[in-house]
Amino acid sequence: MERFLRIDRRFIFAIITVAVIISLILQFELPVPESEPVRRIYEKVESLPKGSHIMIAFDYDPSSKEELQPMAIAFLHHCFSRDLKVIGMTHYTGASGLAEQAMNLVAKEYQKKYGEDYVFLGYKPGGASLIINMGENLYSAFPKDFYGNDTTTLPALQDIDSLRNIDYLLDIAAGTTIETWLVYGKEKYKFELGAGCTAVMGPDMYPFLQSKQLNGLLGGLKGAAEYEALINKKSFAVSGMRPQSVVHMLIILFVIFGNVVYFASRRTRHA
Amino acid sequence: MPFTSHSFGIILGAGLTLAIYSFLYQDNPAFKIAENLYVGVSLGYTIIITWFNFLKPDLYDPLIVPVFSKAATKEPQYALLIPSLLGIFMLLRFSKSLSWLSRWTFAFVVGLGAGISIPRVISAFILQQIKPSLQPVFSGSETIFSSIDTLLILLGVISVLIYFIFSVEHKGAIGKLSKIGIWFLMISFGASFGYTVMARVSLLIGRIQFLLKDWLGILQ
Repeated sequence: MERFLRIDRRFIFAIITVAVIISLILQFELPVPESEPVRRIYEKVESLPKGSHIMIAFDYDPSSKEELQPMAIAFLHHCFSRDLKVIGMTHYTGASGLAEQAMNLVAKEYQKKYGEDYVFLGYKPGGASLIINMGENLYSAFPKDFYGNDTTTLPALQDIDSLRNIDYLLDIAAGTTIETWLVYGKEKYKFELGAGCTAVMGPDMYPFLQSKQLNGLLGGLKGAAEYEALINKKSFAVSGMRPQSVVHMLIILFVIFGNVVYFASRRTRHA
Repeated sequence: MPFTSHSFGIILGAGLTLAIYSFLYQDNPAFKIAENLYVGVSLGYTIIITWFNFLKPDLYDPLIVPVFSKAATKEPQYALLIPSLLGIFMLLRFSKSLSWLSRWTFAFVVGLGAGISIPRVISAFILQQIKPSLQPVFSGSETIFSSIDTLLILLGVISVLIYFIFSVEHKGAIGKLSKIGIWFLMISFGASFGYTVMARVSLLIGRIQFLLKDWLGILQ
């Protein structure tokens, strides 16, 4: 029994890796039922008329790409398929390339034109002060877009002076920016706010759902998978749910096994 | 597959992914190279993005260019000198004789930050959060489940708050309530652990999808 308590952790890493590879290669289907917080974001987008302005804050960097990029892509699919105007921006330097790639990739699929149907404002530092600046005057916060174009000349930003004119804002975040948007943006400028976050942050966001400060939440890869299923664009996130479920089952088994071995070895020692 | 910059990027990405994961076996030079490369590339990328997205359009173009270029059509925005100087003062912390100037910047940041934050944070994190805890359990329009939810939230808030009151001995009714508080805390830690496992596994899944699909072409 004692030797089971001293299993080399690399053995467990290997089992997890093999489980992920096998469950990715074997194409079996698992249901991805949507949860209430995800459905509320979907319904909000569905309720917006054509030409409404949606802002996406791409507040993450490559270290969270695997969880948040599928989420951003799924949400962009929904926005462009509904003919909404999309405005992108980021508080993270590392997000610029990811956001640009996601917006251009999905826009191309729906024949959307840069400047007319969507805009990427790029990165600006400042956090809370940037949000307040955007709330007062979007053009003074972003005089130029990511490509150096004068933002006052971009048709996609017509009728938009500040955050007050945004119909919906989704913050896809790997850090504390959801709280920052909430405190300095939504509370003051009264726009509707939804959030997408890494799974680690998920439990911390539920109080904001309860208080209706967030209208909906996409939590981790599962949130992205639910959104992909809702818009019928099953891709990376949905296929990632197979290994996710298998690994969760394995970890539950490891926890049970570890506890059984621990108590059994304790009884042997006391006997 | 023809050798293009895209395919080179995939091979490089696959190599670096394997180098980073090789740390799980043991520390090795390949991991060290990948780790240092990541830090260096991140810093270089940050500098370039900050220059082209922030310093150039917000400071260089409106202030420096009109002052020094005869072809400039716009007047220099001299008001930008104030935040620029405050920023430079912050860097003077490295100078023994001039570090006192950084206190001006700190005074500005702390004063402004506190003034903006205090009312907004109290409103968003305290007042708005108290609301759902004070909802009526029976108002006539709710379902039985929403009433149970409201009661559970109320019980959770009170019992966890009591658990963290250390000036009263946890005996009798207080002791029982604090025990309930511990259960609420344990359940929340369990939920956090589950979500953390999901997050970490998601990163592994993403990398393996990249290796199997983009690099090896096994997945479609």
